[in-house]
Amino acid sequence: MGFLTRIWAIAWKDILAELRAREMVLSMFLFGFLVILIFNFGIEPGLREMNLVRPGVFWSAFIFAGMLGLNRSFAGEKENDCLQGLLLCPVDRAEIYVGKFLANCVFTIVMGFFVFIFFAALYNVDVLAVGFPLAVIVVLAAVGFSSVGTLFAAVSVGLKARDVLLAILLFPVMVPVILAAAKSSGVVLDGSGLGSAGLWLGLLLVYDVVFFSISVVTFEYVVEE
Amino acid sequence: MTPAPGIDEVSGRIRGTDPAEIEVKGLWKYFGHFPALRGLDLRLGAGRFLTVFGPNGAGKTTLIRVLSTQLIPSEGCVRIGSVDVDTDTTALRRRIGVISHNTFLYSNLSAVENLRFYGRMYGLEDLDTRIGDLLVQVGLKDRQEDLVAAYSRGMQQRLSIARALLHDPDIMFLDEPYTGLDQHASRMLREVLDTLHTGERTLMLTTHNLQQGLEMCDEVAIQVDGRLVYQEEVSRIDQAEFRNTYFECVGKGGGWVS
Amino acid sequence: MSVGSSEMQTLPSNPEPDRGRPLWLDILGITTVILVLVDLFGALLWVPREVQMGDVQRIFYFHMPSAWLALGPAFTVVFICGILYLWKKELLYDRIAVASAEIGVVFTTITLVTGPLWAKPIWGAYWTWDPRLTTTLVLWFIYVAYLMVRSSFPEGHRRARLLAVVGIVGWVDVPIVFMSIRWWRTIHPTLVSAQGMDMDPSMQAMLVFSLGVFTMLYVYLMVVRVGQETVASRLGRISQQIHIR
Repeated sequence: MGFLTRIWAIAWKDILAELRAREMVLSMFLFGFLVILIFNFGIEPGLREMNLVRPGVFWSAFIFAGMLGLNRSFAGEKENDCLQGLLLCPVDRAEIYVGKFLANCVFTIVMGFFVFIFFAALYNVDVLAVGFPLAVIVVLAAVGFSSVGTLFAAVSVGLKARDVLLAILLFPVMVPVILAAAKSSGVVLDGSGLGSAGLWLGLLLVYDVVFFSISVVTFEYVVEE
Repeated sequence: MTPAPGIDEVSGRIRGTDPAEIEVKGLWKYFGHFPALRGLDLRLGAGRFLTVFGPNGAGKTTLIRVLSTQLIPSEGCVRIGSVDVDTDTTALRRRIGVISHNTFLYSNLSAVENLRFYGRMYGLEDLDTRIGDLLVQVGLKDRQEDLVAAYSRGMQQRLSIARALLHDPDIMFLDEPYTGLDQHASRMLREVLDTLHTGERTLMLTTHNLQQGLEMCDEVAIQVDGRLVYQEEVSRIDQAEFRNTYFECVGKGGGWVS
Repeated sequence: MSVGSSEMQTLPSNPEPDRGRPLWLDILGITTVILVLVDLFGALLWVPREVQMGDVQRIFYFHMPSAWLALGPAFTVVFICGILYLWKKELLYDRIAVASAEIGVVFTTITLVTGPLWAKPIWGAYWTWDPRLTTTLVLWFIYVAYLMVRSSFPEGHRRARLLAVVGIVGWVDVPIVFMSIRWWRTIHPTLVSAQGMDMDPSMQAMLVFSLGVFTMLYVYLMVVRVGQETVASRLGRISQQIHIR
C-alpha cells in the first residue's frame, strides 16, 4: 500500500510544517473570530429572528477563515521551489492532491471547531446538545471546501493576484456547500435532529463525492508545466 | 530485465539501476510565445559527465528542467536510457536526481524530517541508516535536528545534495550548483562530484564558471539562445583556448562552432 | 535561417495580398444583423401585447433566448472543449472555449439585466431569488472568474490546461447550484409563482424565431472570435520570431 504511505507522508509534512510555523493557523482562528464579531456589530442585538441569521454568520466566518488556510497550502511549496522537488519524486500527482487535501481538511475542521466555540459563546448555543450534529456538518462542509479549494489553490499559486483570484474562483463554486451547511445547521440549532436536515446533508455528500473525484483526476493537469 | 531494487553490500548502490544515456532531438520549449529552447540536439553517453556552459538566458535551466521531467517538451524527442520521457515518467523519476540553486527543502522541517519525507516519497528501505550516512557525508550530522530555516545557505545546499543523493540516482542534473556557496560547501560539492564521477552515473552540470565547470567533466558543451552550439570531449580541447571558444560562441549567438 | 516545424510558420518572403475575412463570413454577418433587426421589430412592434403583463412582457423575447443560450450551449461548449483539449492537446479547442465563455458571459449579462427589468413592474421587486435567475448569477461569477484566470496567464498550453480544469469544475457545479437553490426556495415562501403567461400562436412563433436569431448571433460571434484568437496566436508567434536573431 505504498500510495497510502506517500499520501500520509505528504499530509503529515504539511501539518508538521504548519504546527511549527503556527502563524497561519493562528491567523485563521483570529480571522474567523473577527468575522463573527464584525457581523455581530452589523446586526441588531436581541433580534427576534436571530435564529435565522446566526447560521449564516458562522458559515461566512468559516469560509473566509478557510480561504486563508488554502492560500497557505501552496505558499509553503513555493518557498525554495519545494513543489518542484515534490513533482520530481516518482509520485502520482493524484497522491499529491490527496495528501494536500487531507492536510487542508484537518486545518479547516480544526478551525471550524474553534470558531464554533467562539460562536457558541457569543450566541448562547447549547454546545452539548448540538455539538455532534454540527460536527458532522462541519466535516462534510470542510471536505467539500478543501476538495475544490486545494485544486483551485494550485491554479492560482505563484500569481501576484493569488488571493483575490482564489476567492473569485472558489466562492461561486462553493454556493451549494454554503447553502446546505447553513440550512442544515439552522435546523440543528433550532433543536431538530440531523434527520430533519437529511436533504441538505445528502446534497453535501453528493457535492463532496463529485468534486473530490473531479479534483483527483484533474489535479495533474493543473500542476504540470 | 532489471532485478528488484535493494542495496548492494559492496558498492552501497541501489541494485538494478545502470547509468543511462541521454538523447535529445529537436527539442523546443515555449513559455507562452517565447521559445526558451529552440530545436536543441544533445547526445550524452551512459556514465559520462557533461558540463554545459552558457550565458544567462541561454536556456540552461530550462534544458535541465525538461530533461529531469519537470517540464513537458513543447516539441521534439527526449529519451533517457532509450525510454521516451513521456512513457513511464514515474519509473524514470526514480532514477533522476536534481541539484539546483533552489534547494527543494522545507524550511519549517528539520534536516532529518526533510530527508525522511523525500525518502518516503521514493519508497526507500532502511531509511534511517541511509539518512545517517548521507548526513555524515555532507557534514551535517551534528545539526540534523535543527530546522532548515536555521541553516546558512552553504548548509542548505549541502543538505540539498544529501536530498538528491538519497535515492541513489544514476542520472544526475546539477543546475548551477555552485551558486552562492561558501568555500566549505564548494569544496564539499567538488568532493561529492568526485565520488559520483565513477562511470556508474550519467551526470550533467550547467554553470557559467568556466574554471569550475572544466575541472571534472568528460565532455563540454556551450548553449546559446536555446541551442547547443558546441560539444566536444574535454580531452581534446585546450583549456586555455576554451575561454576564447566560449566567448566566440556567445558572441556569434547562433551558428555551430567547430 | 529556418525555424520551421509543423506548428510554426516560416515568414513568407512574398506574401500575397490577403483578402482578410472570407466571403461567407461577411454574408453570415450581414444576414445576422438583418435578422436581429427583424427580431427587434417583431418583438417590440409586431407581436401582440400580452394580456396580463403588458408591453413589459416584450423583454421576454430577449430574456429567454439569452438565458437559454447562456445556461445551455455556451458553457457546455466550454466544458466539452475543456475535455477535448485535455485529451487531444490541440489549442484550437482552447480558443473555441474562450470564445464561448466570453459570448456566454455577454448573454448571461443580458439575462441578468433583462430579468430584473421585467420583474420590477410585474412582481414589484428587482430581484426575487428565483432559482433560474439566481443560478444564472452564480454562473456569471464562475465564468467571469474563468476569464480572469485567462488574463492572468500568458498564452500557451499551461493556461489552456488550467482553463480546461476550471471550465470542467464550473460546468459540473451549475446543476448542483440550481438544485440547491431550488430546494432552498421551496422551503421559504416564494415571492414569485410559476410563469403566468398566455401565449397565442403568433407569440410562440415570435419566441421561436427570436431563439433562432440569438443562436445565429452566437454562432456568428463564435466564428469571428475563434478566428481572432487564431490570428492573434499566429501574430504572437511571428512577432516572437522577429525578435530572435
